Amino acid sequence: MTLLLISVLLALTWAAITGTFSLGNLILGFVIGGMSLWVIRLQVGQAQLLRKIPKILSLAALFLYELLMSAIKVLILVLSPNMHKKLQPAIIAFPLKAKSDAEITLLANLITLTPGTLSVDVSPDRSSLYVHALEMPDKKKMIKDIANGFEAKIIEVFEQ
Amino acid sequence: MMHEILSYAVGIFLIIGGIFSLAAAIGLLRLPDLYTRMHAASKAGTLGAGFGFLAIALASLEGSVVLRAFAGFIFLLLTAPISAHLLARAAYFAGYKPAKVTKIDEMDPK
Repeated sequence: MTLLLISVLLALTWAAITGTFSLGNLILGFVIGGMSLWVIRLQVGQAQLLRKIPKILSLAALFLYELLMSAIKVLILVLSPNMHKKLQPAIIAFPLKAKSDAEITLLANLITLTPGTLSVDVSPDRSSLYVHALEMPDKKKMIKDIANGFEAKIIEVFEQ
Repeated sequence: MMHEILSYAVGIFLIIGGIFSLAAAIGLLRLPDLYTRMHAASKAGTLGAGFGFLAIALASLEGSVVLRAFAGFIFLLLTAPISAHLLARAAYFAGYKPAKVTKIDEMDPK
């Protein structure tokens, strides 16, 4: 059921990208989507997608807001004449609570697009994510912010 | 009337997008090392292009164009952080050390 829904979504995405909503194109999108799903069949779990839509939307809203803030912050920093005084870059280890590949990937992606942070690497034992920060006045506060913000929401979306 | 308001909105979004893209470019020039530069490229750049897509969608108001602009923005959101992350990671393992102003480096095994 879920897989069928995803296939339909993929077909619609395909039609959106190619720009024609003809029946033939939708069927082509459906076939291509089905083939893509077949390729990643081992990774596709039985996640219950529908029930999670509100949580996914809330995560998306938080993310868009953070992206805007982040870009404004970079803009101000880059345009300020005394940039080098304000700049305090650091690479810190963020202890991961999220466990699955999908969660870590999503968290790393979101971290990269949010204020002053960029994920560099995951430690080999997957216990921490190395994050590069543009300005880091307080390490503990930064870790707490990420843990309570994005990580909490991502775990909410992914947990059963 | 409606048409005029839309044209103004399109113009404003284009200008905002342009400012963010310009900031990304200035950031690439001014920031001290690759890691800080990736911040400028991945964030300001993505948002700049996002506003561009928004302007395109508003200017046309055709279903297919709006959907394609939206899809373009989503794909950008999905791919920009990955390339930024891969570049930063590759640079780190190639031995490119963070700039001297960097306060802490917890990836450094020392």
